[in-house]
Amino acid sequence: MEDMSQYPTELSGPDVPMVRFMSVTKSYGALTVLDSLDLDVSEGEMVTVIGPSGSGKTTVLRMLMTLETINGGVIYVDGKPLTHMEKNGVLVRADAKYLRRARSSIGMCFQHFNLFPHMTAIQNCMEGPVQVLGLPKAEARERSEELLSMVGMIDKKDQHPSRLSGGQQQRVAIARALAMRPKVMLFDEVTSALDPEVIGEVTGVIRKLVAEHNLTMLMVTHQMGFARDISDRVCFFYQGKIEEQGAPESLFGNPQRERTQQFLSAVKAAD
Amino acid sequence: MFDWRWDFAFEILPRLLQATLNTLAAAGVGYGIAVVLGLVFALAQRTPSRIVTMVVRECVEFIRSTPLVLQIFFVFFVGPQFGIRLSPWVAGMIAIGLHYSAYLSEVYRGGLDSVPKGQWEACTALNLSTTKTYFRVIIPQALPPSLAGMGNYLVGIFKDTPMLSVIGVAELMQAANAIGGSTYRYLEPYTMVGIIFLAISLPAAGMIKLFEAWVRKKLGMN
Ligand SMILES: Nc1ncnc2c1ncn2[C@@H]1O[C@H](COP(=O)(O)OP(=O)(O)OP(=O)(O)O)[C@@H](O)[C@H]1O
Ligand SMILES: [Mg+2]
Repeated sequence: MEDMSQYPTELSGPDVPMVRFMSVTKSYGALTVLDSLDLDVSEGEMVTVIGPSGSGKTTVLRMLMTLETINGGVIYVDGKPLTHMEKNGVLVRADAKYLRRARSSIGMCFQHFNLFPHMTAIQNCMEGPVQVLGLPKAEARERSEELLSMVGMIDKKDQHPSRLSGGQQQRVAIARALAMRPKVMLFDEVTSALDPEVIGEVTGVIRKLVAEHNLTMLMVTHQMGFARDISDRVCFFYQGKIEEQGAPESLFGNPQRERTQQFLSAVKAAD
Repeated sequence: MFDWRWDFAFEILPRLLQATLNTLAAAGVGYGIAVVLGLVFALAQRTPSRIVTMVVRECVEFIRSTPLVLQIFFVFFVGPQFGIRLSPWVAGMIAIGLHYSAYLSEVYRGGLDSVPKGQWEACTALNLSTTKTYFRVIIPQALPPSLAGMGNYLVGIFKDTPMLSVIGVAELMQAANAIGGSTYRYLEPYTMVGIIFLAISLPAAGMIKLFEAWVRKKLGMN
């Protein structure tokens, strides 16, 4: 058993990060996927995660979305523990009820969109606000229409996902996640399943989010050019650890570690 | 030909048609029970509690591996020994509804399993409660792939209603037996029962297909 008294029940001080991974470990059986990960993301910051396949990038996002339980350490969101809750002054594993409340500040977009196929675009967007936040239908509709306009999908709002292209579905999925007004948005390779000619539609929306909103974002991508353009910080993952991180200019322009250099030149060669 | 008597056939027709209504009612009520109870069984097998899952699993297996007619007898004749005295109709509906709920739970299970993992994850990301996840997202998607199986068992339950005659439920088979017993003519009643079953089963199968297509369309899944 891990000694939980080393973890504060709440983060305090002048610059509490929006997200903090504190010695987070994740393993599947004997396979350790993330090894004592420490990572902070500040409010409004856009952090991009890059790295080779299997290095644990998706796992980082899934743990933050509470889709995976963690085996060690604590994740904090907005100063409060996400994976744990306080009981008699120490942290214990969060129960289902606590998790439900804690994850309400996080939204996620997936590689394969995961829109609800039996609902139209706008119904997809309204589902969370109405069913979870308890918004009146009219208000949820207004909010959803605004967001669908923002992602350029208002014309198709009454279409089911099966009638939309991949790029269009992903834009609806982004609107759906934003409709919950999350503080932190997670993007897991949201352009990887798309045809090259529609990737720009989706990256365009993310650029707009970065430019116009003060959202905290954590994004996994294989598009190095895009990462370089919009990130405040880039983290290079290698075998479940952050091998190197820094501002995009320095990480892409002047990588310090040999593995980063190898990875970047391999990616460049493939382009 | 075989001494078929049209006048007799027409004479017993009203009585058989009356019994047809009872047969349809029995099939309908039994199916209604099975549709709901089957869903309960299917969902119970997905609860986090291992014990609940195992007990329900075993019950479903037990029901599926014993004959319907035995279950009908059991509910009707053994029930009273435990102080549960039921009319033939009630006993029959319980037995046939329970029997088919076991089969329907398997159909639902397949349907529920066919919903991609990503749909569950999207529900978590939107923070939907477990109940809403099931009733608003998962079950609507599990429905279309379940409809074919559900339709087969609807026809199945209809064709199994004659077994209720063994405890005296006044459905078609019982009516035909009664007519035969009092007139010593069996050719016409049994032939007509067969034709009535055929006349209902065949179009029903076609209508189920149409319904399936309609549901898929309605859910935007084509
Ligand atoms: N459910 C699981 N069970 C067992 N192993 C898993 C599971 N999910 C992920 N893994 C393993 O964890 C490791 C990290 O996976 P992860 O999906 O985080 O990698 P990734 O960096 O996102 O890779 P990619 O670029 O291919 O998406 C991999 O070795 C993977 O095989
Ligand atoms: Mg991944």
